[in-house]
Amino acid sequence: MDRYFLTQIFSTCLVCGVYDMKPGVAVHKFSSCDGCQLAFLNLGEELLELDRLVEIVHFAEAGPFDEQTPVAIAFVEGSISTQADTERIRRVREQADFLITIGACATSGGVQALRNLADSGAWHASIYPEPEYLDSLDNVTAIREHVKVDLELWGCPVNSRQVLAAVRALLFGVLPETDRDKVCMECKRQQNVCVIVAQGVPCLGPVTRSGCGSLCPRFGRDCYGCYGPAEALNTASLGKRFAGLGLLPEQVVNRFRAIHSHLEEFAPPQGPDYDRE
Amino acid sequence: MERPGFLPRQRLDDLLVLLRDSGYRVIGPQLAEGAVVYRDIGAASDLPAGVTVESGPGSMRVIKQDSPRQFAWANGPQALKPRLFKPAESLWQVQRDAQGRLSFARCDETPQAVAVIGVRACDLAALRIHDQHFLESEYRDPYYARRRERLLLVAVNCTDPATTCFCASTGDGPAASGDYDLLLDELEDGFLVTSGSPEGQKLSAALALTPAPDARCEVARAAVERAAAVQTRRLPPGDLFDRLFAHRDHPRWSEVANRCLACGNCTQVCPTCFCSRERDETPLDGASSVHQREWDSCFTEGHSYIHGLVIRAETRQRYRQWLTHKLGSWHRQFGRSGCVGCGRCILWCPVGIDITEEVHVLMQEPVHD
Repeated sequence: MDRYFLTQIFSTCLVCGVYDMKPGVAVHKFSSCDGCQLAFLNLGEELLELDRLVEIVHFAEAGPFDEQTPVAIAFVEGSISTQADTERIRRVREQADFLITIGACATSGGVQALRNLADSGAWHASIYPEPEYLDSLDNVTAIREHVKVDLELWGCPVNSRQVLAAVRALLFGVLPETDRDKVCMECKRQQNVCVIVAQGVPCLGPVTRSGCGSLCPRFGRDCYGCYGPAEALNTASLGKRFAGLGLLPEQVVNRFRAIHSHLEEFAPPQGPDYDRE
Repeated sequence: MERPGFLPRQRLDDLLVLLRDSGYRVIGPQLAEGAVVYRDIGAASDLPAGVTVESGPGSMRVIKQDSPRQFAWANGPQALKPRLFKPAESLWQVQRDAQGRLSFARCDETPQAVAVIGVRACDLAALRIHDQHFLESEYRDPYYARRRERLLLVAVNCTDPATTCFCASTGDGPAASGDYDLLLDELEDGFLVTSGSPEGQKLSAALALTPAPDARCEVARAAVERAAAVQTRRLPPGDLFDRLFAHRDHPRWSEVANRCLACGNCTQVCPTCFCSRERDETPLDGASSVHQREWDSCFTEGHSYIHGLVIRAETRQRYRQWLTHKLGSWHRQFGRSGCVGCGRCILWCPVGIDITEEVHVLMQEPVHD
């Protein structure tokens, strides 16, 4: 995605900020809890400003329903977990110039990807009298495993600031900034006391991407990694530290797996203590 | 030398009231979030009485004791650095009017005068380095300067170093040697008060203290000597530039990278680290933008990003950058080491990497298999 292409999509007058044609925006939902879409709905007055700058074409949770009209930006929430999803995500991609995944589910598979670690067929059979009516794939997958993704916004859920920063950058015709630093950096800027050191709790801040404003440590609790892996990861060393804090090997593995189990980066380190299953 | 005055403990509030009446916002140590942190102090009863700290690499716990002492703790995660070099602040903003003209304005705040109570010798040493960097270099930092000009320092000599402290070996503590307005030595029943500046002398005179007898001064001196003697960690003295840079390819760099999380915590708690990054925050309407500066670290990828390339992609390189700068090239930049022996990088490293231990190994000739 280069600058030239972006300015083609978002051709705006830099003086008055008015567009030849308001860029269309769609917000699509796949398998998810709808929490990331709240990043839009919680905007308050800024939602009116957003509506002035872009044409919200499709956003079922807010009202507008039109999956057919091509758009400049498609936001995608949720993971791919049914056969129907696999077909719908292709249509979403075809109709969007720029596709942004929002949240853990869309970006990595999210919480529901935990079922990839289990025998989902056996679960279905034990719960539903006629499981053959279910359209459910054995494995949950992220959007990027199906179509090209132009930008990933991490978090469970994402926040309004991330979404607005992405829209603003695209309207300027530039790629949104990505910050792959660790939560620790945000945490220290807020002058929080480190919960690993002062409380001995298994905080995932040192391996987790910033962007949340170190929400959990700010309230004295340990980060559970919902913003996904940061760059320059050392999960093996942090896992060892968690063991030193008294976590059993299985607890260490589960700590990393909770939100992003489908990611290689948060997979258990190889070794006798951490063998999978 | 001026004989210190004696301030009985029950009169500590007199000092706080005096500071407030002199127009200072008073900041001091408090027990919060399981550590000693610097916050606004209303009265002497806010100070962490009977609090001491049990610590080691990557771990600390606060211990409450039945003691009247309010300064019997080793340093918390931060002290003066965030007061002067803000973790995040707005530098300037730009506004676009209806004709498309841009107007720039510096974000000017006139900070309130601040008095900080309980400053340790290590933090005063770090402050001297930051003054060199922010005030005395070619590019004077007006944001830092404004806050620095309105800062009053009430130092307290350290009598209870953490096991991670090694200020005696860097020559920066535990006794404060200057750059304070007032210096306190804490005794069981009160404080010795020494002034170190005209402003300090004024405050000291206003307190109308009686001169402290020799015996009290002797007790205070012995306590600080003991605080030096109990320290077990140490850094090799002198300029380590040649020895560290000669060992650029030492296998220990990779070995420490196996443990290092590259989380940047050591640099964020280090009172002398001063790296920052800048970015713009733009409201959705795109009509204005605020230019922000915030703490950065040589452990982030952005720190070594130049023209599409991250120069130090590996943690090994980042740790090496930090340590060789702090203890090596810092000498050429500032005429001294960048380490003041506060031990924070050891204590607040989530995996307890010990700079004194790493340096010791890195100075040795590598052992080849």
